[in-house]
Amino acid sequence: MKEKNDSSIRLGSVISGSLTGGVQVKMDPSISVEDISVGRYVAIRGEKKRFFGMITDVSLEAINPRALTMPPDISDPFIASVVSGTTTYVKVHVLPALTLSSKVRGDDEVPQPAKTIPSHFSEVELASQYDVEMVFGREDKSRFYIGNPLDMETKVCIDIEELVKRSNGVFGKSGTGKTFLTRLLLIGIMQKSHTSNLIFDMHNEYGWEGTSEKEFKVKGLKQIFPGKVAVFSLDENYDRHRRVKSDCVVKIGRDEIEPEDIELLKNLLNLTDASVQAVYDLSRRFGEKNWLDETYKLFDSDSDEIKKNLQIHEGTWRNLRRGLRTLQRLPFLVPHASSDAVKTILDYIISGKSVVLQFGSYDDIMAYVLVANLLTRRIYNLYREKVDDAIASDKQKPYQLVITVEEAHRFLNSEISAQTIFGRIAREMRKYNVTMLVIDQRPSGIDEEIMSQLGTKIICLLDNEKDVDAVLAGVPGKSDLKSVLSKLESKQQALILGHALPMPVVIRVREYGSAGSYRDLGPLPGTDDAGAGDRLKDLW
Amino acid sequence: MDLEQKIGEVIETSNSEFLTQCYKLDDAPSLGSMVKTRAKEYTIYGVVYYSATHSIEPGRRIIARGRSAETEEEVYKANPQLERLLCTDFRALVIGYAHESAVRQHLPPFPASIYAFVYNANHEEVKRLTQSLNFLNLLLEGRLPVMTDDVIAAFLRCASQAYESPRDFLIKAGKELAWLLSDDIRRLDSILKRIN
Repeated sequence: MKEKNDSSIRLGSVISGSLTGGVQVKMDPSISVEDISVGRYVAIRGEKKRFFGMITDVSLEAINPRALTMPPDISDPFIASVVSGTTTYVKVHVLPALTLSSKVRGDDEVPQPAKTIPSHFSEVELASQYDVEMVFGREDKSRFYIGNPLDMETKVCIDIEELVKRSNGVFGKSGTGKTFLTRLLLIGIMQKSHTSNLIFDMHNEYGWEGTSEKEFKVKGLKQIFPGKVAVFSLDENYDRHRRVKSDCVVKIGRDEIEPEDIELLKNLLNLTDASVQAVYDLSRRFGEKNWLDETYKLFDSDSDEIKKNLQIHEGTWRNLRRGLRTLQRLPFLVPHASSDAVKTILDYIISGKSVVLQFGSYDDIMAYVLVANLLTRRIYNLYREKVDDAIASDKQKPYQLVITVEEAHRFLNSEISAQTIFGRIAREMRKYNVTMLVIDQRPSGIDEEIMSQLGTKIICLLDNEKDVDAVLAGVPGKSDLKSVLSKLESKQQALILGHALPMPVVIRVREYGSAGSYRDLGPLPGTDDAGAGDRLKDLW
Repeated sequence: MDLEQKIGEVIETSNSEFLTQCYKLDDAPSLGSMVKTRAKEYTIYGVVYYSATHSIEPGRRIIARGRSAETEEEVYKANPQLERLLCTDFRALVIGYAHESAVRQHLPPFPASIYAFVYNANHEEVKRLTQSLNFLNLLLEGRLPVMTDDVIAAFLRCASQAYESPRDFLIKAGKELAWLLSDDIRRLDSILKRIN
């Protein structure tokens, strides 16, 4: 076993604690309390094992309460240095998360979830670069460097292979860097795994270059992985305006819209329950393909016959008309789409490429929900067939598919998540190699059952109590993580927890956007797309 | 032991303290300084906590003699017998001992030998004895006829001079005191103020 000689800074010793509540550490007076921040890592040398944990709280204590009522004269530096750490001291609360197999550092260590706590007065030190590296691994062919722990230069790496096996979530208030993080994650997924992505890009941020909050431009996925990414667009005018050329312009046929799609839009279209029922009745009456166009025709004519036949009340009819007319105004909806966008998208996905669907100027939530749900349902069904075929004929399954959706609470709230395709994907998960990456600013709006199925959660600053409770539901040490979460900075910091990492971690998100940052973000050497970065440079 | 530093000899002794009569009048070591003496093969270390100059005969009072003298030296010149009739002695509290190569910060097994010579401890010895601060307990608990807190403060100040960084030593000792006096914050405060 090899002893590494990087120096660790002693923090103090364990004085009390429990497995569920974490341990209390009395801090050595030589360390200033102001240098210790929640979210930092510590290593604890127990008698037989080493523990790895995170600081979740810091408190000021006095050995004798009288010292607080009669404070010593700390204007005298000598007295101040004497009382610090003796009469008064600092207590640090540490949540041990992992045990390392041996007391001595070595290469053969495998971090395990902590099932006990270190003994009294065990020595606690700030985790060294080596410790953090051992827990979060080094960047390799499946691990992607996502950021650094607070106050450290070590890399925190996410195991991308593990990540894509389950559905994941990126949460945070508006403006906390969700888009940046998601873009990084998508790059990681493309770089480190054979996974196809389908990204519903509501605000046109992922395909082509976007703008960071510091007002410099950052490259999009298409620019970084030109050979691996296809950009589809709903709005050709927007493409012309941005001077980019999409691989395909998507039109949605009205004949592709099913009553379930309308039901999903119930709240957005202000439809009543009776109107939704009427939609199903109309669809049965006119058939799945034509019901919407036929209904529009009925709106234009004054015939009451059908209404009467279907026993649709006048008020319901008016409500339905107002709602469906709103849909009619969406320019990308045509009576019948000549090219089958779904099939084209699927071809790309099956061949292992990723598709970004840009909404151009149609960035209202109604269009987004409609298109995302409709396309995903059809793609999922076709994809599922392919997977079933592959299983039946013992061939290789298609690549893993990750579907990225924004404003996820619109699809996954408890009212409708049972009906939407996204709800099904989140529940059925890996069976058919399709998982989701949900992005949302109001996680409390997402169905609890779906939240509990998310493998890895990446959480930027959230300050609404309900949202915090929702993202941390069922996580061990929830109250401790809450204090960590509420202290995140509003930019470039995130708490990551779940399947793809051995323990929760607060990171400073890696740099993305400066010229140097693209060097490590492109395709790996030896892959199909390698060298594309250089070609790209010439183009730009 | 260095003969040049011999300052007196033990004239009263117990396990916990010893009384030394100085060879020279008015030449007692300063309050809080460390002295050493012997008990069999042990070297005994003490801290000076009290010193006095008085007549050697208990019934005979000292009277003033300098009315016509210009300087204090003239008084001694005019009364050469004074050196014989008066004496200076000091009491030292035992805080530890050395035996063979080991130094211990608690009471020795034997009291200092009577008539054993007493020396000032040198810096090396002070450092060796104060490496561990266990003896502070002996000082704090010692029921001395003078202000114990003053003795402790004086001793720590003197001992700190043996170190390259006196302040570091004082902080270390101050912290030890803070532990020992955790239930007596006022006393701690009073000692710390005296140290500084």
